[in-house]
Amino acid sequence: MGSSILSICYLIASVTYIIGLKMLSSPATAKKGNLIAAGGMILAIFGTIFLYKVDGEKLGNYPWIFSAIIIGCVIGVLVAKKVKMTAMPELVSFFNGMGGACAALISIVEFDYLYRDHRAMDATLFSNVVPAGHYLAIIAGTIIGSVSFIGSMIAWGKLSGKINDYSFKGQHLFNIIILILVLATAVFTYFSNTQTVNIPFFITVTLAVLYGVFFVLPIGGADMPVVISLLNSFTGVAAACGGFLYGNKAMLTGGILVGAAGTLLTILMCRAMNRSLLNVLIGSFGGSAHSAVGAKSEHGNIKEISVSDTAMLLAYSKKVMIVPGYGLAVAQAQHTCHELEKALDEKGVDVEYAIHPVAGRMPGHMNVLLAEADVSYDKLREMEYANEEFKSTDVVLILGANDVVNPAAKNDPSSPIYGMPILEVELAKNVIVNKRSMKPGYAGIENELFYQPKTSMLFGDAKKVLQEILAALKDI
Amino acid sequence: MKEIIEFLQQNIQMVYIVVLMIFLGIEIIGRVPSVLHTPLMSGANAIHGVVIIGAIIVMGKAESGNYVALVLGFVAVVLGTLNVVGGFVVTDRMLEMFKKKKR
Repeated sequence: MGSSILSICYLIASVTYIIGLKMLSSPATAKKGNLIAAGGMILAIFGTIFLYKVDGEKLGNYPWIFSAIIIGCVIGVLVAKKVKMTAMPELVSFFNGMGGACAALISIVEFDYLYRDHRAMDATLFSNVVPAGHYLAIIAGTIIGSVSFIGSMIAWGKLSGKINDYSFKGQHLFNIIILILVLATAVFTYFSNTQTVNIPFFITVTLAVLYGVFFVLPIGGADMPVVISLLNSFTGVAAACGGFLYGNKAMLTGGILVGAAGTLLTILMCRAMNRSLLNVLIGSFGGSAHSAVGAKSEHGNIKEISVSDTAMLLAYSKKVMIVPGYGLAVAQAQHTCHELEKALDEKGVDVEYAIHPVAGRMPGHMNVLLAEADVSYDKLREMEYANEEFKSTDVVLILGANDVVNPAAKNDPSSPIYGMPILEVELAKNVIVNKRSMKPGYAGIENELFYQPKTSMLFGDAKKVLQEILAALKDI
Repeated sequence: MKEIIEFLQQNIQMVYIVVLMIFLGIEIIGRVPSVLHTPLMSGANAIHGVVIIGAIIVMGKAESGNYVALVLGFVAVVLGTLNVVGGFVVTDRMLEMFKKKKR
């Protein structure tokens, strides 16, 4: 009876994941969808605790289980509630790493059970006593989970500025060799003696961890969203391995659903940057960028513009497009930006936002940020539409965006971002760029847009500058 | 090789689920507007936290003397809970902002 109720719990849970993801695809239902999926998850968790049976016996160790869940809940809620909107990508990466570690630990413990069971018996090959499918689920869960965990931690460290990009000559070859070694030791483990099988297993784990580190370390700057999305789908697959291990359909559906969806999302992101996934993974974006900087250092002069001139220019425009970037997020200037939009609107200026798909640190990052500041949906324009609009725009105001408006992506085949679709702001009559300094953007590439005659630079922290513009607007 | 084919045969139901879920996952994501990509990634992140079920099973069947399983299982449950709870709460927070604007 209990186990059939549990099956139904898992069935309901699986359906809620599908409905949840489906509802996340529309702004109107997204919040509800998330709650439905969360409800399904709670059902699956408590169903497992109270109804799951191993060889006809219920699970034990309730005090341990509940104290672990309470600790996880307290930390999880605190971290999730406290974090700033700008740090969201790091946090997703962090939680993803936790899931990966969880999957890896499960597999390691399951391996430990197998090892203990067979160590006591006569020595024989591990492959003689453990079915291949069972071993495959364990080892895949271990490797993918470890890579996902370490990779996410590195990505988290990079996004929060704790870890710098690092790559060395021959890194790709090095990575491929480690990957081959991981697979080789994984196979070797299966054909080892039952008495000593733990040694090659832990070498496999160590190598997988090493691979995770070197897999993410060289991937720099602008490609981080792609990596997080990819690792997200990795963790999904690792969870699905656990599903195979226990014949657990809720784990399987949840894991594979996320694995497939995450992979597609990753590919969509790559497509937005007009690069292949392989190119992103072995491209070492950050590393090659430095040579590009040196290659073309002869520029014209930049032109600065004062706050009052900017306000004047904006106030007498018909149409203004705002291009937000990560700089806006760092300065927490989204609310001030919305105020400026309203102030201009009162003066009869048509204000819209041009959103590049990979502006910020994650796809849709800018949308979330502007949504936080109550900016209306129909003011947000996607790239293709915005590029049409620029022709009839008087002023483009760029707030802390850089790579997504870099014309090198169109004109300079030697540039590492060559081929990425950009917001073609130079089609507008005037371009005002707000930046803190002349430092290159996250991808480390110089931007020739800043030196064009149409462009004026407005240096300073986005929030402070916007407040000053607002004050100046009131006097006009 | 033969063993793997046998494994697939024995778990043919699971294999069906895997294949169908792959198509379903692709189908669902294909229609999401880029506006919602960040919350979606976060939501998907929370859903793969279902791996916590495995951690609970490991923890629950550990014998009282098996400290490796107890300790690693305990850590796994903590981390899994972090993934699930943190993931859903963060997604909810993000989506809260979208909701506000719907006057």
